[in-house]
Amino acid sequence: MVPYLVFCYTVFVDNEAMKQLALLCRIEMSDSELETLRGEMEYILEYVEKIGELAPADPVFNVGMHHNMMRDDVNPRESGTYTEVLVSAAPAREGDFVRVKKIL
Amino acid sequence: MDILHASVLELRRALDCGEMTALKIAEAFLAHIKETDTNIHAFLEVYDDVREQAQRADAMIAAGVARLLTGIPIALKDNLLVSGKCVSSASKILEGYIAPYDAEVIRRLNNDGAVFLGRTNMDEFAMGGSTENSAFGPTKNPYDTSRVPGGSSGGSAAAVAAHMAPLALGSDTGGSIRQPASFCGIVGLKPTYGAVSRRGVMAMGSSLDQIGPFGRTVADTKVLFDTINGYDAEDSTSVPESVRATVREGSVVCGAMRIGVPESFVYGEGVDDDVKENFRATLFALEKAGHTIVPIELSTFPYALAVYYIIMPAEVSTNLARFDGVRYGLHVTGDNLLEDYMKTRGTGFGKEVRRRVMLGTYVLSAGYYDAYYNKATKVRETLRTELADAFTRVDVIATPTSPTPAFVFGEKASNPLQMYLADIFTVPVNIAGVPAISVPSGNVVRDGSTLPLGMQFIAPHFAEETLFAIAESVEKINQSNQDK
Repeated sequence: MVPYLVFCYTVFVDNEAMKQLALLCRIEMSDSELETLRGEMEYILEYVEKIGELAPADPVFNVGMHHNMMRDDVNPRESGTYTEVLVSAAPAREGDFVRVKKIL
Repeated sequence: MDILHASVLELRRALDCGEMTALKIAEAFLAHIKETDTNIHAFLEVYDDVREQAQRADAMIAAGVARLLTGIPIALKDNLLVSGKCVSSASKILEGYIAPYDAEVIRRLNNDGAVFLGRTNMDEFAMGGSTENSAFGPTKNPYDTSRVPGGSSGGSAAAVAAHMAPLALGSDTGGSIRQPASFCGIVGLKPTYGAVSRRGVMAMGSSLDQIGPFGRTVADTKVLFDTINGYDAEDSTSVPESVRATVREGSVVCGAMRIGVPESFVYGEGVDDDVKENFRATLFALEKAGHTIVPIELSTFPYALAVYYIIMPAEVSTNLARFDGVRYGLHVTGDNLLEDYMKTRGTGFGKEVRRRVMLGTYVLSAGYYDAYYNKATKVRETLRTELADAFTRVDVIATPTSPTPAFVFGEKASNPLQMYLADIFTVPVNIAGVPAISVPSGNVVRDGSTLPLGMQFIAPHFAEETLFAIAESVEKINQSNQDK
């Protein structure tokens, strides 16, 4: 479990939390790399916590000129147009399928 | 004609009157790259069809259908997709990957008949400010090869500065066009978020990324921007032309301007004295040229970097989830699917990428989300409001582009936060989504090397024309100082 953050002057991330994070990130890392990274992350997190000095009001988000672009669900691309170029980028394929390891 | 030193408009004139061919221009740049790039390492690959592209451009010119960039060579950052060409974001995880389609900017430039020279070096997935994070070794600063060219678009900036290309494209998430432009003594523009299509640029921080141009002069940079700028229905954050016109209304100024200077921020700690002195002198010259300097207070700007190092890693950690060893690029086999993911990403991602994916995952985890990401989003909105308010009193805001000139290799590599602090002036711009330009403002001497400095101007959304106008004023001042 990732420990709940307590606001104070120093941020502390323990070794177990680092291992759990690396797993969530799906990145294999050695214990020594995780230890170095732990120190760096604490240092960076301590810096970014300076935003705690501000007490911004709940803002009215001004998305203004940006909005979700929707298109009508018509005129689909012809099936197979991009199949070869996309499947050929995969490290392993079987016919027109991307080959993956068994999950269950 | 000196092809390598000519401006884009000079090349255009020579091509149009038949004094020069696109093939001759391409060959001159290819020869110069071959001679120069062994020392600089700006290019990861020079394309093998540059001559064929140039011949196509010559055919367009002969047929009388030439456009502004027909036959003009351009270098491309290695995160832009060109159909059928290798593209890697300077990462091992994408070594050998072939782009399946053209980025929108590439499609536009192809339509114009531009000639793509090759792909340039960068920090891996655009994460860094020096190119030291490239999986293929760093690029060197053409002014002093013991120093970094800046980053992440350091290869593009160095290529233009060393006359290996008249123009280049980069991408800017927190300063990745403007900071290397400043370190290499050229012009770089970060357009308004939503101005240039992001389709076909490898995503880093999707609410921050923009593709933008590099040139040796303001006019050259503007030509490239005008070609890539425009609405794209296939980028969900591209802003339609009608909305741009409404947003822009009243904010484009081309004559005498009110230049806002956030003094306590600019003259604060951590900024080199030489940089402050150059900035002051340039402001003084701008005032003499008829502009008005207006001191302003932007109280949230000093917090922008902290906001950035929450929002950006959060977006990085989600965007880079797609590199799983299944869909494309590197694949390292383990005992099961989970191990495949862990080993592929453990082998393929470099240090800075791992650091940011870890940070992003941390700030987005349950229990931390409110304290970090949610809070950062609120501060981001406060910054936008404060900036919009400032633009009711001034036309443009000036800061130095970077707190220091180009630094020596390794100087900041061991301390990630020190490296991040180099972006202190550029990051607020991406947080707000406004456009900004870096223009050369003079030189400073360090350890016997003459190094360029840059000045940054920030304008309201879609007021890029204001930036080109003020940058041309600085260009004139800088030119007359050098002529003295």
